[in-house]
Amino acid sequence: MANPLKCDLCDKPATVHLTQIVSSKVHKVDLCEACAQAKGVTDPSGFSLSDLLLKASLNPEPSGGALRCESCGYTQLDFKKHGRFGCAACYDTFKGMLDPMLDGMHKGITHSGKVPQTALARKFLHEKLTKLELDLTDAIKSERFEEAARTRDEISQVKQAANQPPPR
Amino acid sequence: MTIASLIATPSELTDAASNKTAIVLMTRIRLARNLAGKPFPGWATPAQRAKIAETCSAAVAATVPLKRNLSVSVSELGELEKQILVERHLISRELSGSKQGSAVIISKDQTVSVMVNEEDHLRIQVLRAGFQLKKSWNIINDLDTSLEASLDFAFSPTLGYLTACPTNLGTGMRASAMMHLPALVIASQMEKVVRAVNQLGMVVRGLFGEGSDASGSIFQISNQTTLGESEEAILKRLTSVLQSIIEHELNAREKLLEADAGKLFDKIGRAFGILQNSHLLNSSEAMNLLSLIRLGIDLGAFPDANRSTIDRLFIEAQPGHLQHAQKGEFDPGQRDLLRAAHLRSEFANFVHPDFSPINCEKN
Repeated sequence: MANPLKCDLCDKPATVHLTQIVSSKVHKVDLCEACAQAKGVTDPSGFSLSDLLLKASLNPEPSGGALRCESCGYTQLDFKKHGRFGCAACYDTFKGMLDPMLDGMHKGITHSGKVPQTALARKFLHEKLTKLELDLTDAIKSERFEEAARTRDEISQVKQAANQPPPR
Repeated sequence: MTIASLIATPSELTDAASNKTAIVLMTRIRLARNLAGKPFPGWATPAQRAKIAETCSAAVAATVPLKRNLSVSVSELGELEKQILVERHLISRELSGSKQGSAVIISKDQTVSVMVNEEDHLRIQVLRAGFQLKKSWNIINDLDTSLEASLDFAFSPTLGYLTACPTNLGTGMRASAMMHLPALVIASQMEKVVRAVNQLGMVVRGLFGEGSDASGSIFQISNQTTLGESEEAILKRLTSVLQSIIEHELNAREKLLEADAGKLFDKIGRAFGILQNSHLLNSSEAMNLLSLIRLGIDLGAFPDANRSTIDRLFIEAQPGHLQHAQKGEFDPGQRDLLRAAHLRSEFANFVHPDFSPINCEKN
């Protein structure tokens, strides 16, 4: 008993050892009696490893609790505790720790499914419009009127293409 | 619409059964979506949650499949009403326990439900009786696309739809089938099936999802991974897994009949006797007995038309529905009495099993 395995969720000695193969990758989880019970591991029909793996894979990083999402204030510690992110921007903030996790969690690490075409097109037009409007103010300010006229025409073209006022 | 009228309305789940639903009782697909630039529900402030709920609910209620709907915030619902919605698979347990600012919008025919501020801003769900993955996908895909017209979803070109939990990342899609697998359970083959299904990247759960038991021999099989594959590829993989489970269940049924038909008929006959005569039934025992009758129907011992009755009783035997029907709240002991009484009255006029046609086919 020199170095008994510790539970992946708390630090008690692990007595339940579990191996699951997901998409031909082997995952191992060691748990103490209490955590195994709480996670329903003892009931083979009602349990998925993914949540456990998620939390377990977050544990061996005692040094890096300092990251904080600028957009929503979520910290790495929060993520370790809940296994959930605070906002979409967290995916950029915590990219470094997320990438190795995704590899074991999913079939691949790159999205190849549906893309929200309508929303992306709208976003693109909206961004273009914002930029053109800035250009226009700029051109008028510095009395480059020929350029301002061109920009104004372009704006009306983009607005027509959008076929509706830009969202909010 | 109110919850009471919703329960009184025929629903996909309780009134659809035909022989198409023999092994796959129901198909369900859900998509997780979040609004761009807003914190996920678990991290949002109450004020943000309220604003998100308002934006989402308005957009959802404006879509065609949800023109006629029941739209309620979770805080307006009583415990019993929430339980009924969970038992009908229209909301999740998580939503029923959630804080201020969560809501659900359910279509009149109860095939579409959208949860707002569950784990993600939107959990869109389509539910159809029988094995209908393709049709369910077409419906939910269209609904999602029409929501896109008024909502900006959090999306990354490399990671796909961004969700609160990275296990839902990418497509945000969980597709599942609820399967009735009594012969695999009787033949003690379920463990083997669960293992094989796991290796194919699918998960097996009990009737009410994670952590629930598999009483009534009803299991949910769903995809485990959501990133790295297209929706179509996931559905194709799931379809072939489901087809092979159906095949195994049918084989197991045949083997049971070959090995000892008398023993199987005895189980079904006794289940019938208990349902007609018992005075105390907990929900797990009731589910197991009903499962045996359903197997009897599949084998031809009862008329096919009775399958929908059993599927309705699967739901009516649940604690929430039972208490609602009796207009009150009862402790588990009283519920067992009421459940047995309800099933006794339902089975009083039920056709008796006739096993002779099954024997004839075999000989």
